[in-house]
Amino acid sequence: MASLKDMRVRLASTKATQKITKAMQMVAASKLRRAQAAAEAARPYAERMEKVLGNIASTVADINSAPKLLAGTGQDQVHLLVVCTAERGLCGAFNSSIVRLARERINALAAAGKTFNILCVGRKGADQLRRQYSAQIIEVVELRVKTLGFEHAEQVSNKLIALYEKGEFDVATLFFSRFKSVISQVPTALQIIPPVFEAASEGAPSAVYEYEPDELDILTELLPRNIAVQVFRALLENAASEQGARMSAMDNATRNAGEMIRKQTITYNRTRQAMITKELIEIISGAEAL
Amino acid sequence: MVTFHFELVSPEKLSFSGEVDQVDVPGAEGDFGVLAGHAPLIALIRPGIMTVYSGGEQTRLVVLGGFAEVGPDGLTVLADVVTSLEDLDRAALKAQIASMEERVKTIEQGSLLDREIARLDHFKALDTHLQGTAMH
Repeated sequence: MASLKDMRVRLASTKATQKITKAMQMVAASKLRRAQAAAEAARPYAERMEKVLGNIASTVADINSAPKLLAGTGQDQVHLLVVCTAERGLCGAFNSSIVRLARERINALAAAGKTFNILCVGRKGADQLRRQYSAQIIEVVELRVKTLGFEHAEQVSNKLIALYEKGEFDVATLFFSRFKSVISQVPTALQIIPPVFEAASEGAPSAVYEYEPDELDILTELLPRNIAVQVFRALLENAASEQGARMSAMDNATRNAGEMIRKQTITYNRTRQAMITKELIEIISGAEAL
Repeated sequence: MVTFHFELVSPEKLSFSGEVDQVDVPGAEGDFGVLAGHAPLIALIRPGIMTVYSGGEQTRLVVLGGFAEVGPDGLTVLADVVTSLEDLDRAALKAQIASMEERVKTIEQGSLLDREIARLDHFKALDTHLQGTAMH
């Protein structure tokens, strides 16, 4: 049986852990508020962009003359998986669930006999994927920044476009976690090159647009921008999801630590009382023997 | 006056959404005004000044490129960066022009160079324009 001192030390360390998890939870909560506001503020732009692009794409007369970023390369042999994860751990299953989704896709692709490459944004996903697929990871982008700006997304999207123009891949899919609420983050796969549009405005007569300068010029400007916007949105959603996941993970940890402290305190007090009783018995029986 | 719906969005946020009378947009091929019932149009925007007329008031905004879409449900401007004329940091603009000038020197001949030079010219035009308005 552990001595009283050992138990005291153990109790103190549990309490210190609880303090840390509690602090982390509060930090995550305040960061979450900011990240969530940023993610929500970025939604209108991405949605409008998608709508405008969808409108143009539906009116493009000849899909084959359209830029490759819109029409695709005409095959889907080589896939690029852009896996966006966090830079830090201790956020529950956040990183693992994104990686799991990516891994499922990899398995499906491998079974279909396709080739794939991986571009990691965020260190944690790279660490998990490196064990199995170190040969396929072409690059790891680390985003150690305080506030995520549009320029970071542009940096990633420029890399994607450069690779695409070199003909390094046919299809690019973005993996990230969509922020639904603090307790629910949904890992999502989104194909960004070539873009997929919801066939929503099928029934509605889409207006015939005038273009200024012309269709092709606008598309060559709009398509790279759309990719940057989608990446930006994914990164923002990810940032909010990460903080949400960390907050609930740390909330759980704090509660578990509280439970442990309660149990340890009871055992400690019982042992202490038992010891006192034992000492008393010893003294009394010693006195009686005289 | 007949109003129409106008939305101004930048990647970071939805800057403006509401009913307006008229919007003057700095298009890539010249400024154009948008009134209610404008024909569907998609245009590139060059860096310049956008004027919004609403209820007899004028708001002037600086946009650094983007797209304008006129559709059945109004005008949507997807701008790269939006700042109101008062908030614009002239020094930052000048610094950007300087860095762009540096970059133009390093780019090789080609369509990219043409595009960068055109962009630089727009920035310079904007800067001169601002200088003009500041002196009034």
